[in-house]
Amino acid sequence: MKTDDLVMLLATGEGRVERHAAARRYAAAIAVGVVAAGALMLGVLGVRPDLAEAMRMPMFWAKIGYVVALGAASLLALLRLSRPGARLDRVLPALAVPVLAMWALAAIVLLGAAPDLRAGLVLGETWAECPFLIAMLSVPMFVAALWAMRGLAPTRLPLAGAAAGLLSGSIGGLVYCLHCPEMEAPFIGTWYLLGMLIPAATGALLGRRVLRW
Amino acid sequence: MNASEARLQGLLIRGLDGEAPAYQAFLMEMSTHLRAYFRRRLARLPDEVEDLVQETLLAIHNKRHTYDTHQPLTAWVHAIAKYKLIDLLRRRAGRELLTDPIDDEADFFSTADSEAAEARRDLGKLLEQLPDRQRLPIVHTKLEGLSVTEAAQLTGMSESAIKVGVHRGMKALAALIRGAS
Repeated sequence: MKTDDLVMLLATGEGRVERHAAARRYAAAIAVGVVAAGALMLGVLGVRPDLAEAMRMPMFWAKIGYVVALGAASLLALLRLSRPGARLDRVLPALAVPVLAMWALAAIVLLGAAPDLRAGLVLGETWAECPFLIAMLSVPMFVAALWAMRGLAPTRLPLAGAAAGLLSGSIGGLVYCLHCPEMEAPFIGTWYLLGMLIPAATGALLGRRVLRW
Repeated sequence: MNASEARLQGLLIRGLDGEAPAYQAFLMEMSTHLRAYFRRRLARLPDEVEDLVQETLLAIHNKRHTYDTHQPLTAWVHAIAKYKLIDLLRRRAGRELLTDPIDDEADFFSTADSEAAEARRDLGKLLEQLPDRQRLPIVHTKLEGLSVTEAAQLTGMSESAIKVGVHRGMKALAALIRGAS
């Protein structure tokens, strides 16, 4: 087929193209990811027994704010990375702010604590399982985010996969907040972050294979 | 934004609103810019140029819903062309085959080449490989120029099945190209 004939073929019989396709796809993906992670958490882990009490503590909301801010920044990254030629400016600072804020809080807590208590503040009771449970809860969102992205046009595939993974990790972390008993900033700044980075790294590795078009 | 980019952007936006002649003019002119861009960068793989022009046109078509009308058209088109070029080089020997820097987007719309070579890969043959539920909607609405309603009556498919068939068929065609080369 000659190129001019291909152009004819492409241009003929096409209607109006729907706008806001990206926003719609990601909204659907996030709805699926949150509901599925919630169901997984309720079925496998259960809500922490003292949730009502915990919700009166500022640190509970700081934890929520942390994962939500990271999720919002990775969604911004995802929207940009789904569109050829879109710039990433302001994405990196948006990602860095919540991480640095939690680290600053962790530093204040650790400096104010007696030296022999510091290890306990970092490790908490559940350090060994926290990252893996967050990664587990992120799986449905991970699949949904990659599905949404495949319908768009990422051109930097490992980066796009990493952003999709980080968004999934944030959703997993958000839902995990309802189960997790840990309330100390050093713990959250370490193990929550690690938990969210597991799907991000997975996405970076899978990106080229899964997102190619 | 230079004059040629502004005009092309206008054509694309009218095309996205469903104006076929504007969209055709956009794609036609885009093919000349793509050809010039690829030809300069693939001087050692001249036989690949026309195939890559066609593959990129199909990609632009299939991904046109990702164009944000506030975004410079050059950045969008160049990112797609560069992505397809790198994808080809990954499949082939590697980037040492490049003869011109890949990142230069500034000159994208100032170079054009309307001398199409023969494509080596025949899209018409690839089209024949599609299943009927995708091939027939494409043949009737795009090659024969029937309306969706007429194509639905002719094939006994529903109108939405015709639209879905065209949409999925064009994506399947792009996947066939990637597999065939």
